[in-house]
Parts: sequence; structure tokens; C-alpha cells
Amino acid sequence: MAAHLKKRVYEEFSKVSQVTLEEVPAKKLRLTKPSKSAALHIDLCKATSPTDALQYLLHFARKPVEAESVEGVVRILLEHYYKESDNSVRLKIASLLGLLSKTQGFAPDCVVDDAINTLNNEKSHQVLAQLLDTLLIIGTQLPDKIAVIQRLIDVACKHLTSTYFGVRNKCLQLLGCLGTVDKPLSKETDAGPGAQTSPVRDVQSLISDYFQDQDPRVRTAAIKAMLQLHERGMKIQQTIYNQACKLSSDDYEQVRSAAVQMVWVLSQHYPESIVPIPSSNEEIRLVDDSFGKICHMVSDGSWVVRVQAAKLLGSMHQVSPHFLEQTLDKKLMSDLRRKRTAHERAKELYASGEFSSGRRWADDAPKEKVDTSGVNLIDSGACGAFVHGLEDEMYEVRIAAVEALCSLAQSSPSFAEKCLDFLVDMFNDEIEEVRLQSIHVLRQISTHITLREDQLDTVLAVLEDSSRDIREALHELLCYTNVSTKECIQLALVELLKNLSKYPTDRNSVWKCLKFLGSRHPTLVLPIVPELLSTHPYFDTPEPDMDDPAYIAVLVLVFNAAKSCPTMPALFSDHTFRHYAYLRDSLSHLVPHLRLPGRKQTASSGLEASGVGSGSLESAQNFLQDSLIRVSALQNLETPGAQDLLEFTIRDLQRLGELQTELAGSADFCATYLHCQLLLTKALQEKLWTMAVPLCLKQNAKVSTAARQILDETYKLEFLYSGLETQQIASIHNVRLQAKALLLILTARSKRGVDRVLGVCEKFLQDVESFQRLFMTELPHFQDSFVEKLLELMPRLTACKPLDLVKILQTTLRQSRFIHLKLPEQIHRASATIIEPTGESDNPLKFTTGLVVALDIDATLEHVQDPQTTVKVQVLYPDGQSHIIHPKPGDFRTPGPGRVRLITQVYLSHSAWTEACQIEVRLLLAYSSSSSKQSASKPAWNESMDGLPTSESCIEGTIHLSKPVKVFIMPKPARR
Amino acid sequence: MPDIKITPLGAGQDVGRSCILVSIGGKNIMLDCGMHMGYNDDRRFPDFSYITQNGRLTEFLDCVIISHFHLDHCGALPYMSEMVGYDGPIYMTHPTKAICPILLEDFRKITVDKKGETNFFTSQMIKDCMKKVVPLNLHQTVQVDEELEIKAYYAGHVLGAAMVQIKVGLESVVYTGDYNMTPDRHLGAAWIDKCRPDILISESTYATTIRDSKRCRERDFLKKVHETVERGGKVLIPVFALGRAQELCILLETFWERMNLKAPIYFSTGLTEKANHYYKLFITWTNQKIRKTFVQRNMFEFKHIKAFDRSYADNPGPMVVFATPGMLHAGQSLQIFKKWAGNEKNMVIMPGYCVQGTVGHKILNGQKKLEMEGRATLDVKLQVEYMSFSAHADAKGIMQLIRMAEPRNMLLVHGEAKKMEFLKDKIEQEFSISCYMPANGETTTIVTNPSVPVDISLNLLKREMALGGPLPDAKRPRTMHGTLIMKDNSLRLVSPEQALKELGLSEHQLRFTCRVQLHDPHSDTDTLGRIYTHLKSVLKSYSIQHVPDGTVIVESIVIKVTSSAEEPNLKVILLSWSYQDEELGSFLSTLLKKGLPS
Repeated sequence: MAAHLKKRVYEEFSKVSQVTLEEVPAKKLRLTKPSKSAALHIDLCKATSPTDALQYLLHFARKPVEAESVEGVVRILLEHYYKESDNSVRLKIASLLGLLSKTQGFAPDCVVDDAINTLNNEKSHQVLAQLLDTLLIIGTQLPDKIAVIQRLIDVACKHLTSTYFGVRNKCLQLLGCLGTVDKPLSKETDAGPGAQTSPVRDVQSLISDYFQDQDPRVRTAAIKAMLQLHERGMKIQQTIYNQACKLSSDDYEQVRSAAVQMVWVLSQHYPESIVPIPSSNEEIRLVDDSFGKICHMVSDGSWVVRVQAAKLLGSMHQVSPHFLEQTLDKKLMSDLRRKRTAHERAKELYASGEFSSGRRWADDAPKEKVDTSGVNLIDSGACGAFVHGLEDEMYEVRIAAVEALCSLAQSSPSFAEKCLDFLVDMFNDEIEEVRLQSIHVLRQISTHITLREDQLDTVLAVLEDSSRDIREALHELLCYTNVSTKECIQLALVELLKNLSKYPTDRNSVWKCLKFLGSRHPTLVLPIVPELLSTHPYFDTPEPDMDDPAYIAVLVLVFNAAKSCPTMPALFSDHTFRHYAYLRDSLSHLVPHLRLPGRKQTASSGLEASGVGSGSLESAQNFLQDSLIRVSALQNLETPGAQDLLEFTIRDLQRLGELQTELAGSADFCATYLHCQLLLTKALQEKLWTMAVPLCLKQNAKVSTAARQILDETYKLEFLYSGLETQQIASIHNVRLQAKALLLILTARSKRGVDRVLGVCEKFLQDVESFQRLFMTELPHFQDSFVEKLLELMPRLTACKPLDLVKILQTTLRQSRFIHLKLPEQIHRASATIIEPTGESDNPLKFTTGLVVALDIDATLEHVQDPQTTVKVQVLYPDGQSHIIHPKPGDFRTPGPGRVRLITQVYLSHSAWTEACQIEVRLLLAYSSSSSKQSASKPAWNESMDGLPTSESCIEGTIHLSKPVKVFIMPKPARR
Repeated sequence: MPDIKITPLGAGQDVGRSCILVSIGGKNIMLDCGMHMGYNDDRRFPDFSYITQNGRLTEFLDCVIISHFHLDHCGALPYMSEMVGYDGPIYMTHPTKAICPILLEDFRKITVDKKGETNFFTSQMIKDCMKKVVPLNLHQTVQVDEELEIKAYYAGHVLGAAMVQIKVGLESVVYTGDYNMTPDRHLGAAWIDKCRPDILISESTYATTIRDSKRCRERDFLKKVHETVERGGKVLIPVFALGRAQELCILLETFWERMNLKAPIYFSTGLTEKANHYYKLFITWTNQKIRKTFVQRNMFEFKHIKAFDRSYADNPGPMVVFATPGMLHAGQSLQIFKKWAGNEKNMVIMPGYCVQGTVGHKILNGQKKLEMEGRATLDVKLQVEYMSFSAHADAKGIMQLIRMAEPRNMLLVHGEAKKMEFLKDKIEQEFSISCYMPANGETTTIVTNPSVPVDISLNLLKREMALGGPLPDAKRPRTMHGTLIMKDNSLRLVSPEQALKELGLSEHQLRFTCRVQLHDPHSDTDTLGRIYTHLKSVLKSYSIQHVPDGTVIVESIVIKVTSSAEEPNLKVILLSWSYQDEELGSFLSTLLKKGLPS
């Protein structure tokens, strides 16, 4: 429609001749088709030597070929293939055939016959292998043509006997990718000279024959083909289990690596089936047996295999608990599988000191000989697998082992208990990554465990680590940890305070940690409260300094414990109550509301005291709903008093947002929305609409600022809040359209030139159209709204002149009804706080002009979607220069759901200043309306209209996400 | 049958003085040439007179291989090469070559300068000896001579420690030296490929030990040190200059860095600085972490560890001191120990083995009063801790290595007899391979069964391939016909025709003829016809021809029928077949003997 309007407008107003857009791109394609294949043909004919031909082919391969011309090209290639005597050229042609058959929209059925024909006549092994690869590609393109696939499989079977490993490899790959297990292969029809009359067999047994191939590469390919079958959802028979196990002790690492996977796959398929133990007449579950086998591989010679084995262990949840627990016990070496009843006896034997631990001097002095028949040093499989894995030389293996431990421990609480010591040991690893990972893992399994005092001790020792990540991970861990005694609490507190004094920047994190520690263990905190607060039954103790972070830390612990322990406040002294009131106000996220006997009056905020209680959240929600309903009762905002109501509601909502953090998002959202409405109403009420045009310049300016403000606010509404539904977004767009209409009218009134207005009009109409496109389904909710009216008038609008359009808009704007907002379930406002730099430092950051200085930035982001791409850092220099820096994706860490932490460095540089001056650093949220939530439904034709100025779909901008922080910097001139 | 002979001159059921003689495929190799710490007389060195009573060793030994630089593995080297006399090549890895002379020189100084011994090797001798050294790289195959080749594998244990594979033809021996299967803070774990040697000679120092996880030990160690330092106490760690000392240094250094600790760490000077220098150089021989981070910072450039001065021992406040020697029997460590023993805040940590009779051994056994020279007694109030940081493989590690290498036989050295016995039983039980543990001077002979490689002519192979199934089954032996030619020390398998041609012989046909008497009333030609149809029905897949001149030809077998003059019913069937068709021929003769179906 826009195109239509445009054309018409051009006819009317401009003399510029228009380039027709009618040129159909498809035509171009048709032209290129014959030329392309023809060109290739000519090139290949021209080629005098194989090298030349190869060059042409390589050149050709770089360009894409359209679906329609593929077949022609293929014919030409095949023709040359038959003529060509050079192997390398034939090889390249074969590979090109494969590439071409992958072309979108091309059905490669027609190539199959030719490819198979060429295969039969081919002598070179390499070319054969390549041709089979081509067939494989063709086969994967035609998954539902049974006949073709059957033929391909037959071909593969025939060439399986090739003497060249590459051909066998490809055949196996083909069988793996295309073969089916259920149906037996059709008997080979041709009785060639070498062909033996083989019995009818299925793909699986055929592949498994090659498990014993002499070439390790073929063995690997065979296992991989089998795995491929499994991936395609075929059920693999258990019969190959023994073979797979045997292969896991192959001489070649790639075979072993594949075999481990095979064993694992089988163990997942047949966990409960029973396998015999060799050299004894007992049997065990297959999953246990394979678990033992894979554990064995954790001490393999090749680290690649070790990593693989360790990873796979993590996913074997069905394994029996006693096998699982063996993995952590290096000393337990009785062969459990054979003498299960002797388990305990064997353990005692070991306790009696046959082996020394190496921890105490001379404890390996030989003692009486024990019966060693039941003792097995190596073959007991699972024994100590994780002990080995965690001690491995390569950190890749260690990480894999830690992760496996984690996933196994999550499914088995008893195992979690056991692996605790080992994980704690990993806190001492030499590689930070491993340490960090093990802390995270411990956090994940911490629901299952309660730390003993000694364990807590070792955990806490890490608090002194100089790496911030480690410390924070540990704080996070402590938040989720259960401890057993009050000594533990004390120990944790002491260590955390030590941490606090050593690294003051950890303040927030430590407080938060103590908050959870307190609320988790109220009964453990209770007995030590007097000690913590250093109160004395008879004497008054001096009042502690309220600004001491350590004291605040203690208070946070105590107050959070007191929340669920009503007897505790009785132990508080007077100043504690005062401090409570202070902290409750200043650190409300850390200090919960307490029911203090007779102390209600001291609570700082009256509203809080009355509004809170058990149902505080509900009542707040009710309040929110009530206010919205009250506002929605207003039909016309121009009625006196309506605006006052709106203003009061906005104020109420803002206050509510401050008080109720859970509802902050919703309340803010509503308040902003209402604010937009208010601004709009006020703007429309201005007298300027009745005034003569030349007189209203001042008002004009006022209204246009209002309109711009509304525009800004709408972008904020759309992109800053998460959890919005289409309806809300549509309402926001409606408001935005209103603002734009307002602006349009203003432009029309102030500018004389028609051309300018014309462009703006056109753009506006596009906006309206795109609104219709995006929110078609929501339109029923928009009765009597601005948009609805516009859309009704749309046919007229497109046809009328700009000035008429402006007039129509003006009336519609004034008549349109105010759209009421329906609140979605949960709205979160994206927010960010810069923790560092604090902006309090008076020491300027000095650096030499022309060089850079790195500024550490530490910020927390909440409810930001996709922060890696949207969050930017803005640096504003006093001279108005502003730099926007994109932090690396690696700088974002996610400590918890909905929370992101940005720790990055910003490089500053500037020419010389005479004095230290402040720069501002803040975080921005970048948005582009093309990334709007609705853009997925963008119609395809939009893309073909690249020539036209794209509609609002490319508006990009930034929203301030955090408060700016000021940093003193001082670039000094370089000394010469 | 060829065999491999192994005779330990030292380290047979004993620790110290490692020296093992191996004769394999006509070559004699000496593995390690160490000294014994426990003796000061002739027993200190291996008894080289075992090799020859008088004269030099050069003509009896093809090469000497040193596994690592510890004196119990290389201490006797200058004595052997310069005083007894050996001029052949000595193989050792680069780090060993670099550090070995320092230790030898130190050893010489102590024995000659301090103890005043005479008739000991001189500095010059050490230098001359080192000139004979050929350095080895890891995984590099070095050809000692035409037939003997050696290859070094990483062994952990100390910087530059190597396991060696010795190979003559298809027979091979692997000698582990000392090795460690668990990586530590500065070295990786020993590794070997599946080389399947005829015999694996392994150390067995910790044959009966299975150590706890390394991490527990490390954590305990760090915790103890940390606590003592926080308490304001002093920590003494007696170490030997090389090996464990570096590991513990790295451990403490990283811990200090991680925890931001300020208490000083000292390292007694002397050997150490030189040694640390080499550790810095041979970064490729260390573990993953150090190798990967040395670009940013070489881990051996310690930030927190400073050189020790005697006067520092009296400084107030906490400190950690590494001092030599490791068993507290003399030197600086003992001096410091004496100074600090009286304060219960202090601590001594013994990180390794202590020989009986040393102060270290005494205090580890809980002795609280020590008698010093001059009848003075010393009250031991400080805490005594033992932490095994020994870098030898434990029982599980040894088993793991066996599993990696898959040897056909096992031989244990460098361990106590009683412990070896236990491990020997285990090995025999687990792997069902024979295991030996010879004492010093005792020879173990292992019969090998080497396969003899034969060159086969390609034509013959292709012909066989064409005859048989699609692919040879790698796992199954297959018989084939051919002629074995043994000429000029080489073995070749060729087709008979080619053999005839090469040897210039003419081919002789060997035919068997056989008469079968048969009662048959028909005429000769009829009989022949009946034979033809009979055979045709029995032998379906063979070509059978009835030639007009009165013979039936089955493949190459000729059948004729004659009837004797006197008895026309008695037909004599003449069968003639060549040697190649023996099987078919005898089958036919038995078939015809049974008579024709009527």
C-alpha cells in the first residue's frame, strides 16, 4: 500500500522519474542457468591438462549453483567424468557431485543411477571412496525413498570387501547413516567371481563383522556406524556388547574412544539385562558391568579416552549404589563382583593394614599375612575411578570427572555424601577453572548434604583465595549449605569476617551469604546470639559502630535468624533495636521484617508497619489492581479531576514499587504508562490547537518536548520490562503512534514546505501499517482507540493529501479513548547497579595522554534479557565526548537465575587535561525495534523492498540502565 | 631358543645402588649405575668385577643407560667409566645430563673433602665421564648400533626421569627406573604405549602401599603449614635439594599467592639455585599447568621464596624454611632443627623416607629426647609431622603401568624383598604372567619366542589372496604354499616357480601312479564310460573330460582302463596324478576301489 501511495504522491508532486521496481529477479536466474553449465563445459573442454581441469573445477566449486541448473551441471560433470583419466580430477568431480546434490530444492534422485554406474567402473580406490561419500550425501537427502536407499545399501555391502580402508570406511558410514536394523538386507543379486553366497543378514551384524577389521580406522568407522544407527533411533542388539568391551582395550586410541561410547550406549539400552562374569559363574546387571568397564577406562593411557570415559560416567544413573560408591574408594579392592558376601570381610582386611596410606610414618610395616585370594588390585573395575580421574594429569579429565561426580551425586544422596570429601579436595587444585567448577558442583549438590565441622573448615579455608570468582562462588555455596552445629555457624562467621576485612570489596556478597546462613539455621544461631552481639547479662556493653561492615554482617545474620525464631529478639539490647530500624531501612534487601514486641512505633515507615504482615504482598497487589481499576473508570481524561487522579495514582504506584520489591516491575510499568497518558492528555489540552499558527511557537516547543518524552518512555516500556504480553506491547505501540501523530501535526503546523511533511506522512502511514501487521490479533482489544480509528480511515488516509491527513489525525487524536492497561502475571524491570567504581574516590586515576588506562567495572544486572548483546558501557567525558564500549561475552557471569554479573575492564584514553576531572560511566541497554518481540512474524515480502526506506523496523537506540558513576581521571601530558 | 638374561648388580631385592645388566640378542646393556647410601666401603658401588675380573668394561658392554639423576642411579658412573674403565656410549636425557654432574660433584666433595677419603673419583673424572654421554629425547628412537635401539618414555618421578625401552630385533626390554603414576605439582605422570616388551623391569619401592589421594596429602600439608604460620610458629621442612623440594616449593608458592600470605619462605642455598635454574630451563619436562603458563610466568621463578641465610633462623615471627638434607642427619636442617626444637609452636614436616639411625627416623618414631654429640640432650617439643610426598608409583600405579605396557614377563627390582613377594603374587595372579625378583648377582633367564620375519613376494601374496576368501582374517593363521629361500642372512618366501628360476634348477614332475583292479563284465570302453559318468555324478564341481583316445581326465589326473588278457572281467584301472593333486588322486583311488555302481 505504501508503494501505491508513494507512486501516487510522486505523480502528483515530483518530476523525478521513477525507476521501476518491476524487474523480477527470477528472470535473471533463468538467464544464468544455461550460461553457467555451458561455461563449465567450455572450461572443461578447454582444459589441456588435469591440473587445468582441476583448477577450473576448484574455481567452479566456489560459486553457488541454483537449484534449477544443478541437473545440467551434473550431466556435464558426469560426461567429463567418463572421459577423464586422471584420478584427482575424477575425485574432484565426485566430490562436486556430492556438493551439488546438497543444493536446496534439488532432488538428487536422478543422479543416483549415474553415480552407481560410475562406481561399478571405477578402479581408483580414492575415487571410489569419494563416490561412496557422494552417495551418502545423496542418500541423506532422500530419507524417504526406500528403493533408492536399498540400492545404496546394496552397493555399500558390495564394496565392503574392498582392500582399501577408505572404501570400507565409507561403506560402513553409509550403512550407519542409511541402514535399518529391523529389515534384513536383500540378498545380493549379482554373483560375481569373488562373491560368496552369504546368508541373509541385517545391517548390524554386517557392521559388527568389521569390529575385527585389521585396520584401526575401519574398526573405528564400524563402531561409529553403529553409533550412528543408534543415533537414528535404531535399536541395537545386545549381542555386540562383548565385542564392544573387547574393543575398549584396543591398541588404538580412536578405537577405544569410540568403543567406550558404544559400551555406554548399550548400557543405556539394556541396563537390566544380566551378563555373566568371566571366570566365575555369577552374573551381574549389564549397566553395572559396563560401569566397571568405563571406570577402567578412566585410567587409560590416552587422555582423550580418559575425558570421554569420565564424561560418560556422569550419565550412568542406573548403576547400583555399591558400584557407584566403589568409584570413590581406592583402598577397597576386594572383587565385589565375585564375592559380594565377603564385602565386609574384605574391608576389614584392608583396615587391618595390608596397605599403608602414606599418611603416617611406618604404617606400611609388614604385618601378618592376610588371605590375598579375595583381593584384587586392578580388575575390580569401578574401584577408585573417580579418585584417579580427580588426580589426573590433564585438567580436562579432572573437570570431566568433577562434572560426572556432580551429575551422579544429584541423583544419589548417599553418593553425594561420600563424594563431598573429594570435591572439597578439589578446592585445592592447581588450575583455577577446576577449583571454580568444583565449588559450583558442591553448590549444586548441597541440598543433599550437611557439612560437618571439619569439612566446613576446609571449605572455608578457600575464602582467603585471592581470586574474586572463587570467593564469590564460595559465598554462593555457603548460601545453600546446611551445617550441623552451632560451632559451624561460628566458624563460618569468623571466616567470613576475616574475608571481609581482607577483601572489603566482598561486602555485599558476604552480607548476602550471612543472610541465607541466618535464615537457614535459626536454631543454631540462637544459642550464640549473646556472644555475637557481645551482650552481657549485667553490664552494658559499649554500642558498636553502626558503620562497621563486620558489625552489619553480624546483625544481618542475627536478624535473619530471628525472623523464624520469635524468642530471639528478647536477647537484643536497646541499641540492637535501633540498629535494626536503621538497617531495615537502609539495607531492606538484607534485613527482613521482624515482629518486634512493642517496637512497632520505632519502625521508620508508617505505611510499612500497617501495610505489611503475612498478606502484605497480596494487599499490595490488591492495591495495585484497585488503583488501575479506578483509573480505568475514567472515560475521558479531559474531565476535571481526572488528571489529578491520574497524578495521584502515578505517585502511589511509584511508592508502591519502592516498598514492594516483588511488585516493583508491575508498579513501575503502570506508572510509566499512565505518565505517558497524562502527558498526552496535557499536550492535547494545550491551547495551541485553537490558536492561530504563528502565535503558538512557545507552546509548540512544549508540546513537542512532551511528545518526544512520550516516545522515549514508550521505548523504555517496550524494552526495559520483561514478561510483557503482546497486548501490552500493542498498547505501547498505540501510545507511540499517538506521540508520533502529535509530532506529525506539529511539523505540519510549523513547517511550510510540503515535501518535508510528505516524507513524515509516508513514514507515519508505514508505522500504522506495520502496527496492523504485527498486532492483528490484538485489534479487538482496541475499540475506540486511536489506532482503531486510524485503521478504519486508512483507505481514505492513503488517498488524501498530507494536509488533509494532518487534519484527520488531529481530530482522531482528540476523540480517541484512553486504553486501559491489563497487567500481565509478572513484569520485571531490567536494572543494573554499578558496584565498582564506587565514585567515592578522591584520588584521580592518572595516566599518560595518548596511552590507555583500564578501569575495572563490576556491575550486577537483573532481569536483562540476552545481556551479552544488549548491555553496553558508556563513558562520558567532560567535553561531551562519549564512548560506547561493548563488553566481551566472557565478562558476563551468571551467578543465579535472572541475575547477571558484569565484571569487565573499560579502557579510557583522552588528550591532556589541566586538572583532574570526572567522567561518567554508566550502563546502557541497547535496543533495536527490529529485535522487537514481534518481528519474528515479519512477512517475507518486506525483504524484497530493500530499496525503500525501511519502516520503523530499524530504529535503534539505547536506554539508560544504571545510574551514572563518576570517576576522577587525570590524563597527564607525556613527558618528552 | 633365544633368551634374555638379566642380572642385577645392585637394587636386586634392595633399595639403592641400582645397576642391572641385561643381555638381549647378543647385546649387553647396563641399566643405571648407582651408589648405595648406606655404605661407606666398597659395597657402596656395584661389583663390576662380575662383568670382568681385570681390564676395561668397554668390550663387554654395548651401552650404559641412566634413568635419572638420583645418586642411587648414577652415583657410580664416574667410578665405572673412569676408574674401572668404560669408553662406550652412556645414554641419559637432557635434564639428567645437566643436573647429574652437579650432584656427582657435590657427592665427591662430601666424601673427599669432608670425610677425607682417598682413592675416589676426581672432578676431572666427572667431566671426562660426562663427555661420553649421549643425550636422549623423549620418544626418540636412538640406534646404538645396527641392531640395538633404545627409546625413552616420560617417567615423572624427578625432572628428566625416563623409562627406557631396549630393543634388539623383535625382542625388547623396558626398564622403568623410578617412576610415578600420579602427577604432582610440577611433573606429569609416567606414560608408556602398549609396546608389549618381553620383560618389564620395574621398581617396587612402594610395593605394598596404596596411597591416599594426593590431594588429601597436599591439603593436610598446606593446612598444617598455614595453621602453624598463623599461630606465629616456624615450620622446618627438611628436603633433599632436588625433586620433592621443587614440588613443595611450588605447592607453597601457589598457596601463598592464592591466600595472600605474607610470612616469608626460605630455601637453604647451595645446590638449589643451580637446580632451580635447570627446572626453569627444562620446562617441557614438567606438567601441563607449568608448561601452559610459563609464557606468562615461569612457575619456578618464585616470588615468595627467598634464599636462606643462617642468621634468619633466629628472626622472630613465623617463617617456613626448606633445608637440606632431608633426613635431619647433618647440615643445615639439623642446625635449624636444634634451634627450633624447644618451642611447641614450631613444627617440622618430614616429607619423605628416613633411614634408620638418623634424627629424622628417631623423631618420627616419637622420641622426645635426643642425644646429641657431646652428651647433650635435646628436648623435642615441636610438632613432628610426616607427609609422604615420595614420587614413586604405589602398588596400584605399578599395576597400571603393567596394564599399559602389557609385558610378557615382569621383573621387580629396587624394593624390599618382603614387599616384592607380595606384589609378585599379585602380578602373577592378576595378569597371569611370570614375575621374577632376582637378588643381587642372581641371573634371571627368560626364554623368548621371537617371531622370525620373512619377506614374501608380492606375486605370491596376491595369488593367495585371489584364491582365498575376500579378506584375510587378521586373527586367524592361514596356510599357504611357497618356497622359503634362506640366502645371505635373509629369509624370503617366493612361489615355487620363482624359486626354481632363481636357483637355476629345472622343475621335476612327480607323478603317482596306481592301479585299481575292478571286476566289470563290460568292455574297456564301456567301463571307461561308466567311470566317466560315475565320476561326473560324484565330483560335480570338477572338470571331467572323456578324451577320445581312451582316457578320462579329471583336472590333471589321467584314468585309463585296460583289461588283463587272462581275465577279461578283471579290469585294471590306471590312475596317474601329479604331486600337486595328491589329495584328489588318493580320493579317486579309494573311490574307484569301492567299485562302480551297477
